[in-house]
Order: sequence, then structure tokens, then C-alpha cells
Amino acid sequence: MSKDNQILEELTSKEYEHGWSVNYEADEAPVGLTEDTIRWISTKKEEPQWLLDWRLKAFKTWEAMYEPKWANVHYPKIDLQSLKYYSAPKQASKPKNLDEVDPELLDIYKRLGINLNEQKRLQGIAVDAVLDSVSVATTFKGTLSKLGIVFCSFSEAVKEHPELVKKYLGSVVPMTDNYYAALNSAVFSDGSFCYIPKGVRCPMELSTYFRINAANTGQFERTLIVAEDESYVSYLEGCTAPQRDENQLHAAVVEIYAGAHAEVKYSTVQNWFPGDKEGKGGIYNFVTKRGICAGDFSKISWTQVETGSAVTWKYPSCILKGDNSIGEFYSVAVTNNYQQADTGTKMIHIGKNTKSRIVSKGISAGKSQNSYRGQVQVMKRATNARNFSQCDSLLMGDRCGAHTFPYIDINNPTAKVEHEATTSKIGEDQLFYCNQRGIATEDAVALIVNGYAKEVLNQLPMEFAVEAQKLLALTLEGSVG
Amino acid sequence: MSTLIKQDILVELLGNAGNGFEQVRTAGKEAFQTQGFPTNKSEEYKFTAITKKLEQNIQNFAQAGDFEVTAEQVKANVFEGYLGDVLVFANGHFHPALSSTIEGVEVALLSEKADTALGSIAKPEKDPFCALNQSAFEGGVYISVPKKAQLQKPILLLNFFKANAGQVIQPRVWIQTGDFAEVTFINHSINLSEAPYFVNKVVEIKGGLNTQIRYYKLQDEGKNAIEVSTVETDIQQDGRFSSVTVSLSGELVRNNLNLSILGSNSEGNMYGLYLLNGKSHVDNHTNVDHTVPHAESNELYKGILADSSRGVFNGKIFVRQDAQKTNAFQQNNNILLSDDAVVNTKPQLEIWADDVKCSHGCTTGQLDEEALFYLQARGIAKDQAKGLLLYAFAGEVLEHITDESFREYCTELVQKRLGSKF
Repeated sequence: MSKDNQILEELTSKEYEHGWSVNYEADEAPVGLTEDTIRWISTKKEEPQWLLDWRLKAFKTWEAMYEPKWANVHYPKIDLQSLKYYSAPKQASKPKNLDEVDPELLDIYKRLGINLNEQKRLQGIAVDAVLDSVSVATTFKGTLSKLGIVFCSFSEAVKEHPELVKKYLGSVVPMTDNYYAALNSAVFSDGSFCYIPKGVRCPMELSTYFRINAANTGQFERTLIVAEDESYVSYLEGCTAPQRDENQLHAAVVEIYAGAHAEVKYSTVQNWFPGDKEGKGGIYNFVTKRGICAGDFSKISWTQVETGSAVTWKYPSCILKGDNSIGEFYSVAVTNNYQQADTGTKMIHIGKNTKSRIVSKGISAGKSQNSYRGQVQVMKRATNARNFSQCDSLLMGDRCGAHTFPYIDINNPTAKVEHEATTSKIGEDQLFYCNQRGIATEDAVALIVNGYAKEVLNQLPMEFAVEAQKLLALTLEGSVG
Repeated sequence: MSTLIKQDILVELLGNAGNGFEQVRTAGKEAFQTQGFPTNKSEEYKFTAITKKLEQNIQNFAQAGDFEVTAEQVKANVFEGYLGDVLVFANGHFHPALSSTIEGVEVALLSEKADTALGSIAKPEKDPFCALNQSAFEGGVYISVPKKAQLQKPILLLNFFKANAGQVIQPRVWIQTGDFAEVTFINHSINLSEAPYFVNKVVEIKGGLNTQIRYYKLQDEGKNAIEVSTVETDIQQDGRFSSVTVSLSGELVRNNLNLSILGSNSEGNMYGLYLLNGKSHVDNHTNVDHTVPHAESNELYKGILADSSRGVFNGKIFVRQDAQKTNAFQQNNNILLSDDAVVNTKPQLEIWADDVKCSHGCTTGQLDEEALFYLQARGIAKDQAKGLLLYAFAGEVLEHITDESFREYCTELVQKRLGSKF
């Protein structure tokens, strides 16, 4: 037992490696949230009148809404009036290419292991780096624009492609959707915009990297991905934040639109600061992510590796509207110390012959709580809908919890829906087997956890899979239940 | 918001409720007033709009009261070949004259047992209907199975319901068993009136050490029945509890089955079958609370839904922090036979201990085309083949009924319904 304790001790004392912050000169909105704040943000970003009207409408909607209470998470009430809704690094003028970007900012990303310069040359991934409220740099723009692909920050898209933004903004996640989506609609500061024209296969992975740096700031970014008919794109998202004693709020919205025969693959490695081992600080991650398979034969695939955040509240969903469309959800959620995660997905089958697949792997350690909450809904006209869901939980330590809340609503007799869930700990026989073959307990646990999560990790693009595997190992190495 | 004003109903109900249990009734009343009728916002009643149904059908909310039952009626409703004992109830009132005297078992009117700890197992603060029953139950029976009593014959609880439109029947049953006792109960209800009425029944079962309790329930009260039926039991060390719930009809039926596992090396088994047609709506809510280590629970609920019926299943396995080495298993399978049938299922796990094995599975689909083809290829007509396959599907639940005559009776009803009797 003492060895277990020692290993657990090591695990729980593992420091958050992205916990530093940098002092740069920032342009910040005044504290508090009123109509004026929204006007301030809108003016700052030189937005057109229609967008300001849209924001104000969202704000009105939000004011009439209440914070949702149904999730299986507990946290003190967030005082939204004490937050700053905009924080941007001061730059003299908008950089035209990476060489003009403030080296201090580039350095931040270098420390995160994302060298924008290097990536520009080597890896073939286009990156949009978002620091606090604004997009800092976007790489590979030229190459992409030759194909007609638009990949830029949201504010740029508003200026350069207003017709696209106007058409798709709020079409998948309406401002009235929920409390945090409405809040985001009112105050979103930046984010990424991606448009793949008809018949184009995006030649490289598109990637956004989010970083919260400033204190007492909420981050509200908005991502909009539009894949026209017969196009393909793979999109990556990563996030980190500095280690601070107070909790920070992150309320993002991601919308995906997939036309006929289009395929969108969205991968996230979420590593926001989870709070220290006493449960102090950390990010509140309240995110609304939804994709619509609008055209026939379209496909949206969500893959997420959730290791960070003090409280996570996130349900990437698919609306399978087009006939024969496919929705997928692969998730590994790891919680440790006092982290709480309530995450899952929604698959809404509307079209005929629609298929969905859910694979959710939860790992809880320390005193954390990990919940899967998902819904599979087969509408009346969705004949021959097919769903398979699997949600497994792995428990490490006797103070943690794993919960499953699946909702399955079937309105059509031809639907075939299967759901299965298991909860267990790492078997002593498995560990013994490894030990016997000369594999140390620590390595054996890493091995078993990796094997457990493999089905999901396999879905990640190469570059992310490495990072995700490292993250898993870091958080859970040697934790014996 | 509800037009049923909770205060008024209670006053009316309490006006003609039985004597005794003042404290218990007050506690129930208070618990009900805090909770009120469930709205469509309450998670536990999300898919079962019972309040709306009550508003539409139950206007005056008066107790139905006792009535005369004849020996012929009793005889006509006992299953063929049944050899066990029979206890007869009319709208929840116990009729000793028509009932068997069971050797070694104490059966009494609840009003004669004023010190019964009603509400200690079926806690009123957990569910509004449980509280409503506690505040104004009518009649009621007390059954005590002594220590080491091994009852070979089952006890049939034969309930007759007769009420005018809009009336309320609130039966209450208290069962306690001594250590090492073994007993089987069969609950069967007969509806004597066509009018829509509301039955709100609570059965509390107090287990002892190493007791073996079986509780079977058949619901076939016709298409007008609005019923909430709560069965709560605690399982002590080495105890076994096994239940089978068969639902065949009902305008709106809600079954709450709650097991609290309080002693280790014990086992809880719950089986259910809902076979619905017309506009029937049956909602099965089960809850297993594992509070101690080394216990096991199994659950299997199956549904076949035809016409525009609706089946709701919500199974919850709750494993507390101390309940290490728990094995819990839960399964729910549904077959939809028509375009308008609906299934809402939510198999839920809440696990706070790490050294456990818990799993659940849930499927919804149609009959296997290949199996159907196989039978047809061997000269069995399509309808018969269908019936056969459906019966095989349902049989997995029925086979857990140990009393032969009751099993035969259920099987016959099921086969008749499925058209698989030939």
C-alpha cells in the first residue's frame, strides 16, 4: 500500500507545466458586463452594425436566462460582473506575416511547444494562435488561399467575408441555445473561421491554439467551420492557461456546417489549468460545440482528449439532418485531484439511414468526479437510424467518482440503438501479469491506460496523438488504484 | 404551472382518511407540500406527464373507500392451479373474512398496529407520490413473517379496485420479515370499474438477516388505469430480494422500485417486462443503492411496444464510497413494433467507489429479419414466427417467476397478446 500511496503522491504533486504567465502590455475592456461593454468590444474590433445588433440581441436574450443547474458539477457562483471581457496584447499595427509579429508573443507559443515559425516551415499544419481575446497569428494563409480555403481569425473573416459569416453565424448554435452560448454570442472576442469551398480537400491540418494569459479575464472565442459540398477538412484545437489562484471562465462556441458529401474532423486536446491539488484555481470550461450534417452523405467526427479544467461542461453534438449522414464522437476525459467533468455528446438523428457512434472513456483519479452525459435521439422520420454507444469508466483511488447519464429516445421502430457502459478499476491480475513479465507497476499502469484509451487516441491526427499520449502519461503515470 | 392546488387536495383527502398514524401522516403531508406535484421540469418525471394526466382525469380527488367483494369474485380471479394463500383487498382495505389464515404469519389491519414504522423504508421526502400516500393512505395491511419461517406456498395479494371517475385509491402495505425467513408475494390487481381513477400504492418491505424475499407483480388493470406504484425494500446481510414486474396495460403507469442494500453478501434482482399496445404508457423507475461492500445487483427490463404506446425506463445504480467490491449489472432491451411507439430509456450509473464492477447495456431495435426469415423458410407463417420470436424475447423475464401457476398465467396472457399461442 505504501508504494501505491507514494505513486499517488507523485501523481497528485505533478505540477501543471503550462502554469506560467507572461507580462505583456495588454489592451483590456473595463471590468463588468453591460451593453456598453459589448459596444466597447464591437468598436474596438471595428465591427459592422449588423454584428453589433446581433450581439446586443444575444445580450438581451442572455439577461432573461438562468445559469443551468442540471449538470453533475459543483462550483461557487461565478460573478460575471467582476470579469473583464476583452484583453488583447498591444501591437502597433496588424502584422502581415509572422516576421512582423511581436517576438514576445511568438515566444509564448514557443514555450508552449508550438513554434509558429518552425511549423510554418516544417510540419505542414496551418495554425491560428489565439491569445486571450485576439488571434495573434495565422500561418500558411497563402498556400490555403490558392485553393480558395479561408482560414483566418474571426474578426478578419467579419471584415473580409461578411456574407459567409452572416450566413452561418448562429445557424448551428443559435444565440438562444443556452446560457453560456448566449453569453458567448454577446461578448465573443475572436476565434477562428474556416471555409472550405465545394469539392476542395484541405491539404493540411488546420489548427487553433488558445491561450488565456491575462488574469480575471473570461475567454469567449467562437469558431465557425463551414465545409461546402464534397469538401474535407481536419481541424485541431489546443488550449492552455497560466496557473492562477482564482478561477477563470472559458465559454466558447464551436459551430460546424457540413454540406453534402463533406467531411469534417474536429480534434481537441484540452489542457486548461485544472487547479492545484487542493482544488484551488483552474478554468471553468463551459463550452457549446455542435455540428450539423446538413447535406446527404456528410460526416462530422469529434475527437476530444480532456485533461484540464477545474470544471468541464461540454457536449460536442451532431445534428444528422442529411440522409445517410454520419456523426462520431470519441472522447477520453481524465480528471484528477478536485477536477469535475460533465461531458458527453448528443446525436440527433433526423435524416434517413443516419449513423452515429459514441466512444467515451473516462478516467477518474484523486478526488475528482467524471460524468458522461449523452443523448441519442431518433426522430420519427429517421428510418434505419443506427447508433452504437460505449462509455467506459476507469477509477483510480477510492475518493473519486464515475457517473453515466445516457438518455436514449427512440421514435422510430426501424432504429437500431445500442448502448453499453462499464465501470471498473485496473485489475490486480492485469498488473500482476505485467509485473511478472518484468514491467514495473508504473509502466504497467501507463500501458493499460494507454491501451484503454487507444480506441480514441487512434482517431487523433498524428501530431496530436503524440501530445495526447504524453499528456495521459503525465497525468496518470503510475497511479495505482 | 399546476392547477391542482396541493393544499386543497390534501385537506380533502385527509378529511376521510383512516384513523391513527397522526405523526406519520403529518410527516407525509409536510413532505408532499415541500415537493408538490412533479412538473415536466422534474428530472424524475421528465417523460411521464403525470400531473397533466391527473389534472385531466382526476377532478374531485376524493378517496374511493371500501366496498363489498364476494367470494365468487375472489374465486374467479385466483389463477388456475394456484395452491398458495390469498389475501383480499378492496380499494386498499383488507378483508380478513375472504382471506386465508396463513400459518405462522401475522396479518393485521394497519390501524391495529399503530407502532409500525411507516415511512422508514419508503421515505416520503424522496418522492411526492410516496409522500401523498403516507399523508392519506386508506386501510392498509400489516404482514409479519416470523424468524426462520420458510413459507413454501406463495401469498397472493389480490386487490380489487372500484371507483367512480376521478376518485383516488391509496393502498398501503407493510411487510416485515424476521431473520432467515423465506417468502414469496404475488401482487395482482383487478379493476371492476371502467371510469378513470388514480391508484397510488406504496409497499414497504423490511428485510432481515439472510432472508429470501420474492415479490411478483402483474399489472393489467385496463386502459383507463392511472397508477403510481412504489415498492421499497431494504436488504440486510446475506439477504436476497428478487422481483418481477409484468405490465400489460394502463393509461399511465409509473412503477418505482427502490432497493437499499444495507448488508454485505446480499443480492438484489429486478426483472421487468412491459408489453404495451394502444395508448398505454408505462414508466419503470428502479433505483439500487449500494451502501455496503460485497453485494450484488442484477437488473433486466424488457419492453415490446406496439401501436402508439410509450415505454420509459430509468434504472439507477448508485454505489456509495464504502460499497467496494460491488457487482452491479443492468440491462434494458426494447423492441418497437410500430411507427408511433416511443421508447425513452436512461440507464444510469453513479459510482463513488473504485473497486467495483458495474456495467449496463441498452438496446432498441426491431425483430431480427434473419431469424424471421429462418422460421419462414421452415414453413412457419410470418405472424406466427413473429409471435414466437417476441415470446422468446419476453420469456427471458418470465422465467424468473418461481411460482408455476402464476408463471403459467402470465405466460398465457403474454402469448395471447403476442399471437404466439397456437
